[in-house]
Amino acid sequence: MRYLDLKTVSDTVRELLIDCAVKADRHLTERIKTALNDETSPLGKTVLKQIVENHETALRDGIPLCQDTGQAVVFMEIGSEVAFTGDLNGAVNHGVKSAYADAFLRKSIVGDPLKRINTGDNTPAVIHLKIVPGEKVKITVVPKGGGAENMSALKMLSPADGETGIVKFVLDTINKAGGKACPPLIVGIGIGGNFEKAPLLAKEALLRDLTDVSPFPHIKALEEKLLNKINDTGIGPMGYGGLVTALAVKINTYPCHIASLPVAVNLQCHVLRHKTKII
Amino acid sequence: MKKITIPINKNTIENLTSGDAVLLSGTIYTARDAAHKRLVTAVKNKEKLPFTLNNAVIYYVGPTPAKPNMIIGAAGPTTASRMDTYAKILIPLGLKIMIGKGQRNDSVKNLIVRHKGLYLVATGGIAAVLTKTVKKCELIAYPDLGPEAIYRLEVEDFPAIVAYDSHGGDLFKTGINKYQKNIPSD
Repeated sequence: MRYLDLKTVSDTVRELLIDCAVKADRHLTERIKTALNDETSPLGKTVLKQIVENHETALRDGIPLCQDTGQAVVFMEIGSEVAFTGDLNGAVNHGVKSAYADAFLRKSIVGDPLKRINTGDNTPAVIHLKIVPGEKVKITVVPKGGGAENMSALKMLSPADGETGIVKFVLDTINKAGGKACPPLIVGIGIGGNFEKAPLLAKEALLRDLTDVSPFPHIKALEEKLLNKINDTGIGPMGYGGLVTALAVKINTYPCHIASLPVAVNLQCHVLRHKTKII
Repeated sequence: MKKITIPINKNTIENLTSGDAVLLSGTIYTARDAAHKRLVTAVKNKEKLPFTLNNAVIYYVGPTPAKPNMIIGAAGPTTASRMDTYAKILIPLGLKIMIGKGQRNDSVKNLIVRHKGLYLVATGGIAAVLTKTVKKCELIAYPDLGPEAIYRLEVEDFPAIVAYDSHGGDLFKTGINKYQKNIPSD
């Protein structure tokens, strides 16, 4: 057994969130520059150039990439050989609270969804825990903005709808989002599982490396097909019209019931922020 | 790139068409969801508003807190359509220009034509760049709303694009039609 002080968890969550606010995904700037070569729309090109400039400015001047510094989503894979005492959720939330206070990030959480009073410290986080073999703890933070999250969607398809139904639902979601979700997007898709599993698969798909592809050939083919079809919508950067509507499509799958074909589409704006550390 | 100074006159508004890139300078007010709810409640209760709506420019933004020695924190646009229901009440009362991101509903688009206003869009997710155009920032109402409070900003050469013009032009519609390669199935 390895004993873990929960202060290490708080400190790690804090450090990762502060880093994410000013520093986008490590492959993102290069990916935007490639998109700049593909884009023919003048306004689309302007937007992509502004995004590259923003990456440089945020990092250089320590200003958040986006004023929406997100709801803190924290994924933890905890080794079964790790022991700790105390309140794990409390430790995560303590890390969130100190990150948002110390780094002057925006507090964007309301305590009750109907009364809507800001909690003032950006807590509570949305926390996903998984027990895995080993004696390490893997922490991934995703400060997720509201704009793209609002345009995400879930649909319980019938098995008969098949791939055609999936493609139609994804494109409907993208078209409905238009410029609201801040394209160029990264599109996370969860297929299978059940009503609550599919959206989690979609969010986990967004955590994949920006440059990777699905290890399953038929899913890789569907990722490519969807990326092309999404870019054929003409929505373009910020919805002003253009050829680059999405930078990547990531699909994660899971077994499902003989009666079901759940599909979830989690949209990620071009400010792709997530960071992982193993402690 | 057209330079626009606020207050903006009728002629200038009518000469702008969707797709025009502008650099905006002058006084604008920040307001997003919670502030709009209060503004509209104040209108219904016939209370005094924290700023004059006539010819006003509202920027849909909730900035991050300013670090020491900064005027304002990161300050980029939020999704405008969430304010559509409030804009329907504020435009007839004089609200002239709205700055946000993303498409809006038809009733807002029609009101913009009827009252000769503008909907400008700024690029979302480039807040570190946009914040440099803010030269002054003053809290004027609803401090308890935190990031959703109303601030009076002085901006200089704030980069925006005309999305909906006073003649019914719609950047989203024309732009997307131009580059669309497949027609949605329904």
